[in-house]
Amino acid sequence: MKTPRRRPGVMLQTLLRSLFRRPATTRYPYVPFVMPKGFRGPPRFHVEGCIGCQMCVRNCPARAITITKVGEKRFEATVDLGKCVYCGQCADSCPKKIIEMTSEFELAQIDKGKLRITFHAPVAPPSPEGSAPAVSQPPSG
Amino acid sequence: MSDKKRIVQVPIGPQHPALKEPESFMVDLRGEKIDAVRLRLGYNHRGIEKGCEQRTYVQDVYLVERICGICSTSHSTAFVQAVEEIAGLEVPRRALYIRTIIAELERIHSHLLWLGVAGHEVGFDTLLMYSWRDREAVMDLLALLTGNRVNYGLNTIGGVRRDITAEEIPEILRVMDVLEERTTYYIKLGLEEETLIRRLAGVGKLSKEDAVSLGAVGPTARASGVDRDTRRDDPYAAYGEVSFKVVTDDHCDVYGRTLVRLGELMESYSIVRQLVKNLPEGPITVKAPLRIPAGEAVSRYEAPRGEDVHYVQANGTDKPERVKVRAPTLANTQSVAKMLEDGYLADLPIVVAAIDPCFSCTDRTISVLDTKRGTPRTLTWDELSRYGIDWHRRRGIDFSKVVLSGGARA
Amino acid sequence: MTAATALFQVLVFPGLVFLLGIGLAGEFVDRKLYARLQNRVGPPWFQPLADVLKLLGKEKVVPEEADRRIFTLAPIVALAAVAASFLYIPMWGAMPVFAFEGDLVVVLYLLLIPSLTFFLGGWYSRSIFSTLGAVRAITQVFAYEVPLLLALLAPALLAGTWSIAGMAAYYAAHPGYFLVNVPGLLVALVALLGKLERVPFDIPEAETEIVAGSFTEYSGRYLAFFRLAIDCEAIVCASLLAAVFLPFGLGLGPWIGFVLYLAKVLAILAVLALLRTLFARLRLDQMVDFCFRVIAPIAFLQVVLNLVLKEFV
Repeated sequence: MKTPRRRPGVMLQTLLRSLFRRPATTRYPYVPFVMPKGFRGPPRFHVEGCIGCQMCVRNCPARAITITKVGEKRFEATVDLGKCVYCGQCADSCPKKIIEMTSEFELAQIDKGKLRITFHAPVAPPSPEGSAPAVSQPPSG
Repeated sequence: MSDKKRIVQVPIGPQHPALKEPESFMVDLRGEKIDAVRLRLGYNHRGIEKGCEQRTYVQDVYLVERICGICSTSHSTAFVQAVEEIAGLEVPRRALYIRTIIAELERIHSHLLWLGVAGHEVGFDTLLMYSWRDREAVMDLLALLTGNRVNYGLNTIGGVRRDITAEEIPEILRVMDVLEERTTYYIKLGLEEETLIRRLAGVGKLSKEDAVSLGAVGPTARASGVDRDTRRDDPYAAYGEVSFKVVTDDHCDVYGRTLVRLGELMESYSIVRQLVKNLPEGPITVKAPLRIPAGEAVSRYEAPRGEDVHYVQANGTDKPERVKVRAPTLANTQSVAKMLEDGYLADLPIVVAAIDPCFSCTDRTISVLDTKRGTPRTLTWDELSRYGIDWHRRRGIDFSKVVLSGGARA
Repeated sequence: MTAATALFQVLVFPGLVFLLGIGLAGEFVDRKLYARLQNRVGPPWFQPLADVLKLLGKEKVVPEEADRRIFTLAPIVALAAVAASFLYIPMWGAMPVFAFEGDLVVVLYLLLIPSLTFFLGGWYSRSIFSTLGAVRAITQVFAYEVPLLLALLAPALLAGTWSIAGMAAYYAAHPGYFLVNVPGLLVALVALLGKLERVPFDIPEAETEIVAGSFTEYSGRYLAFFRLAIDCEAIVCASLLAAVFLPFGLGLGPWIGFVLYLAKVLAILAVLALLRTLFARLRLDQMVDFCFRVIAPIAFLQVVLNLVLKEFV
């Protein structure tokens, strides 16, 4: 390696070359940004499979989940996204694996109430194979 | 020159553009020269150690991770290692390798971040922009591997939560190649750019003896020739199975610390490549008990800033009895006052930045000094709570509507 | 000229309004170039104007301990001095708005006033960071003024006149002579970085060390005027350099002359932006050392060279 010569302005070539290249900035939000697969966004509960064991409630570090019983083998899950730390421990703890970490990240809200998302139990009791999809409220705005 | 020239007291912090996190350096200035520096810590104290005692071990993994954003996996891994040792768990080799890969990727991202911050502190914003642009490569890689750019949530008691698939491996190697080329350029810049060297060399001198006696750790100490690195001296995770050099330097100043960190970046690329090549097959986790049997353990980890020490005491329940964290910045902060002695005010930001301060990591304890007797005192939780309420009540805050936890009223 | 024409020329074109417009455009060029050199996008063209309008709309806070009069007058005096000096610089065509023998010295004097107002504004803000910034600003003045003045006076010595218009006419008549002044041009460019408080000499306003230096306590419309004054100072100094060191094309008629003027100013601003991107910030003692040991001697040699040349011309 040749001995380094100390001089001012070492970056000149790199700088001039940058002038003729596209900027490294992603023009979000004009250009949509997609998170990589496996990104831990807000959890989504497929409550039709929930058995009410409350493992997710117990293991959540932020105490953000509440499971309420609304009928025979029917449960409703509420996640407070304002408290959630998006760690995904609930998804790991669930024995029935009904919690899925989505890839949304544009979650900003002015009204804190809108951050509490409830996943309602399906209207009819779940059928043996497959069930009606749970009605969930996505964050608005 | 009369020695009674006026001393001006300049408050650097707690709010100051030079500091990324709040800390107070009260500087006695004479002209442009620094006479003395008084340090006050504690602005970022969040009661995390106490919070750990009230949450289960599984919850604590995530709490401890959030002590710091930049060295999050350091704290998480150190904590998990301590708990695993108390519980006597044998973590599978693949999990250890994955932990080490993520640890080195974190070191890479942290050192690149530091490079940009150092550039910014000396007014070289161009270096900031370029190094942080390159850092995006490793951030995107971490998002791909772990699901988040910071606070990776990869560790769990007994192993890791996520596996590295075969598709992800070429991406890891590609990013290592790209970053190695860029880091070579930054090393060239560090060795040749005249204005940068002028600002970094001869600044913040810390001799080897001072480094040892003041307890400096990490790159701060290694730049003063102190050959200590927890990864080699007390190998944890998979460090016993990779070969790497511990980078030391003899400059004993900020320039030395820059060279040490750049050297460590190159070593990290090599370590990650070795780990990926030799990644063993097998499970990624082992079942951990809910209740950890009584015992205690100390766990050491080489965070990007130096040696991070965690102490965990378990009492047989599912919540720890005591968690204590000694972050590397706490060990390095004491040497800052020594480094700034007889320096210029203009050098203060870069000297503080050169220890790579992470005050979020540091502020774990408060020492109550009884000023009349000059001895430290310990306050219990209730005493501290009542002290705080009294202090605010004397300043006019009305507590009649406040209900303390447990139902007591203030 | 009539009073009406004079008033129009002083206040609108090529006076105050024109200068403000070109000043804001110059700031945009500088920031966009700075960003593109750093591989970033940079601000849109209206950003400097938007910044000024935003600042004008903000609350102006005068610190309790500050000297109210000097604190509020300093920005306006800075802008006024810069605008006044602009009137004596020929831009396109050999005649500026006003000209008289010795106006070069007057222009240099007027251009010193903004630096003094930075010092006074900072000093009378009576806050720690402002005082530090003010003291650094005035120390920096001693460092860069000497080489800058020497470099700007050398071409005047060769031309044998203290009037900028006269110098322009002389060099238009002897076009090859401006090559003699190239070392002076280089010195002036480096010293200009000090005058305009740009990296590597932005010590008085070192954000990471002393918050904002002299401007720490300024907000609202006072800060807007200071920023306008700095932007316009960049244009005025660039125009001065163009007039003194690059005096060609002055006789080619108004339109071509205007375009050529813009090109020259743009080129100088581009070089300043490049230098800003390339270097780290020097410490005050390193800067003073550099100015007195490196560029002041070159400027001095330039003066000697011109004096010697004068004998044979």
